[in-house]
Amino acid sequence: MLTVLLILIPFIAGLIAFGLKGSGPKALAVISSLATVATAIGAWCRLGSAPDSLSFTANWIPQLGSQFRVGLDGMGMMLCLLTAIAFLLVFISIYNRNYESSNSFYGLMLLSQAGLTGVFTAYDALQFYIFWELALIPVYFLCSLWGGDKRIAVTFKFFVYTFLGSLLMLVGIIYLYTQNPDHSFSWESFTNLHLGADQQNWLFWLFFVAFAIKMPVFPFHTWQPDTYEQSPTPVTMILSGIMVKMGVFGVIRWLVPVLPEGAHMWTDVAIVLSIIGIIYASCIAMVQSDLKRLIAYSSIAHIGLMSAAIFSHTEQGMQGVLLQMFNHGINIIGLWIIVEIIQQRFHIKNMDELGGIAQKAPRMAIFLVIISLANIGLPLTNGFVGEFLMFSGLFQYNHWFMAVAGLGIILAAVYTLNMIQKVMFGNANALTETATDLQPSEMLALSLVVAIILVLGVYPKPILDLVSNTTAVVLKF
Amino acid sequence: MFVGLFARKQTIKFFAIAAIIIAFIANLAQYPSVELGGYTMYGMIEVTKFSIIFNAVAIGSTLLYFLLSGSEFEKVGDHVADYFALVFFILAGISLAATFSNLLMLFLAIEIMSIPQYILAGSDKKNLKSNEAALKYFLMGCFSTGVLLMGITLIYGSAGTFEIASLGLGAENVSPLALCGTILVAFALAFKVSAVPFHFWTPDVYDGSPTVFTSFMATVVKAGGFIAFVRLFHVGFAGGEISSHWMLLLSIITALTLVLGNFTAVFQQSVKRMLAYSSIAQAGFMMFAVIAMNLAAAQGIVLYAAAYSIATIGIFAVLLRLKDYTFEGFNGLAKKEPLLAFAVTVFLFSLAGIPVTAGFFAKYFVLAAAIQQGHLLWLVILAVLCAAISVYYYFRVIMAMYFKQGDPQVEPVSGGFKAGLILTVILVLALGLFPNLLLGCL
Repeated sequence: MLTVLLILIPFIAGLIAFGLKGSGPKALAVISSLATVATAIGAWCRLGSAPDSLSFTANWIPQLGSQFRVGLDGMGMMLCLLTAIAFLLVFISIYNRNYESSNSFYGLMLLSQAGLTGVFTAYDALQFYIFWELALIPVYFLCSLWGGDKRIAVTFKFFVYTFLGSLLMLVGIIYLYTQNPDHSFSWESFTNLHLGADQQNWLFWLFFVAFAIKMPVFPFHTWQPDTYEQSPTPVTMILSGIMVKMGVFGVIRWLVPVLPEGAHMWTDVAIVLSIIGIIYASCIAMVQSDLKRLIAYSSIAHIGLMSAAIFSHTEQGMQGVLLQMFNHGINIIGLWIIVEIIQQRFHIKNMDELGGIAQKAPRMAIFLVIISLANIGLPLTNGFVGEFLMFSGLFQYNHWFMAVAGLGIILAAVYTLNMIQKVMFGNANALTETATDLQPSEMLALSLVVAIILVLGVYPKPILDLVSNTTAVVLKF
Repeated sequence: MFVGLFARKQTIKFFAIAAIIIAFIANLAQYPSVELGGYTMYGMIEVTKFSIIFNAVAIGSTLLYFLLSGSEFEKVGDHVADYFALVFFILAGISLAATFSNLLMLFLAIEIMSIPQYILAGSDKKNLKSNEAALKYFLMGCFSTGVLLMGITLIYGSAGTFEIASLGLGAENVSPLALCGTILVAFALAFKVSAVPFHFWTPDVYDGSPTVFTSFMATVVKAGGFIAFVRLFHVGFAGGEISSHWMLLLSIITALTLVLGNFTAVFQQSVKRMLAYSSIAQAGFMMFAVIAMNLAAAQGIVLYAAAYSIATIGIFAVLLRLKDYTFEGFNGLAKKEPLLAFAVTVFLFSLAGIPVTAGFFAKYFVLAAAIQQGHLLWLVILAVLCAAISVYYYFRVIMAMYFKQGDPQVEPVSGGFKAGLILTVILVLALGLFPNLLLGCL
């Protein structure tokens, strides 16, 4: 039942938030996300001792054999935890902001949280698809209502892109269902299908395109930088911190186990696409002067590495991906929190016009440096362990792939350090003279981020242990 | 049905609603008696569970239509009672279309459905466009009736019977006579459901007719055409060599309908005309149910008819309250009338096939039917691409309502209307969450 609660708490809170006024929605959002984090931790404790108590099944459409089935394995647990923590961080960090019609804003945010948790816990393909779409709808409205100047066209592109991808996946799901003698959508029966190689061959693409658009993997990424730039930053945090993980999650939970031969057949293509994405996005990131676009491209590079490591199909690679899903979520949200603060203070996000903030706001500078270093995977930060494991997995699969992908790290160091230097150091100009340091709520959110970065950098074992059963299951296929 | 004719003007709507509720109950009252199997009447009509559920959908949609748009009838002209009576005639034709088991009854059903429509299309007598619509519809409709009759004659000539269950066209060798007949019947029915390339009347007629009647013609009547289509082809022309002939033909018609309907809808400036093209595009999806010929197809057509009719009736009901039918007319509606905007959003989601609305499972079932069928996968992929295009024009309305500034001219809406709208929204969501509410009865 705890798993159902993870979905229900934000869902109900979201519905209530629509009816509240003033600072009510804000407070409710924080309370609801605290409750969700507590529930997630409670579920984590029971995962080891009584994993069955976390799954829940109810009949839904008996004519189709579709059930409402939620459950948690290591990966699902980790992502639910990430979702819960991420929303808490977002809500704390924007506590001082006042949004126009904030009841709808917080209501939609909470609804998208419910949708995302639903995706990560679904064990029925039809239900998975429905949550997959549901997570998108609130985000569409959030971006279109509170975004930047070009928001309507940009968000619409994003929506159509992902909607087309999901429809292709729906065709794939229906096809698998018609091939299924059990007349069921359950994950277990789908993984037992053992379809012929020629079928898996083309089915792979129906699913891969849907997931690749979400991640995004080159060449399906074109919606992403625009959307990240135009969205209100709290939504960008959710998009880049959690929603992209839906794609990675989809590949690990559904694509590889259900279509193992298809995945095997197209491994090289998928890895090459991912690596092109890493190099391409890193190069573009180097010449960006817009802070939001820079982080958007760096996110494409990071996701590319995860996607490549999944398809390497090695234990280290998989463990690395699962760990990095969590870490990347935390780190990127930390980065966005600082971007949001800068944007709020100075109303610009062009790096060339910033500079010298460190003199006026030393705490902000320290946080930015730590989070950025974690983002490029410096030892003793959480990013290091995940990246190391992913590279060693890729190395086992093919040395050359690893060597080219490794260039991405160097490029990442270049653009990240460049960014820190341009934004924080150098001479202050008229605008940045007025900088003020962090406020308590921002301080709290960033401290949490940095605490997680340092703890997991030194001691990643809890997360690695948590996800190891998923790795074992996936590698069997 | 004639009770409306003799009543005072104010009470006509009340009588109509009462009558439709009685019809609804009477229809469902037959349900227990056919639970185990249908019964036939002199070999002319056959009542089955399936036809009763379909009739329930058609009558239920009409009830919603009366509740939401009934008061608009008065604004069209003086003969309000006549309009209600005509709608009831159409409904009688639809229930015949869902139950016929004889080609003659099919012909009667189609005609009973069509003739009142010609009158409704021209009911706004002083409006030139309405007259044009009626004339155009009448001429084209008569022509297609002729084609239908010709087809039926040829089939009779080859099979020697009008009974659709014993036509025996599924045999090994198909006579050219029967093949010609089948194709002619297919063309005539394709005309009635406005499938491409027989759709040319649709935009003009839907645009020219008084909006309140467009809303009925584009929904319940179209669903009625489809049920006749599905019934005839699943029962009469199934199996053997003949099905491979007409299946290819209808696949091509489906593909054309999907592509043309969706692409043309993108370029419309008026929401009313956009809905006309969207009705062509949606017909493309319903065509899947005709060509797939399996259980999922039968479930799909009922669900699709319900989802599509309810959502479109809802959108038209709101459209009727607006002064300006262009997309700009919707600008800023969310600020002024949040409930109306929310309802329209749910209906548009349903038309676009987004989960937790009825439209999702409707699309799901017709696509599943086609995939199960085996060699229609190319058509399914095409349909999916078209569905993505359809998001473009449906979301234009949502964007106008929520993201653009404007001062829409809205007539004041009554509490009853709002209650009806909320009921409709609940229905759409309920079918989207629990499609077995409807499917469980089949």
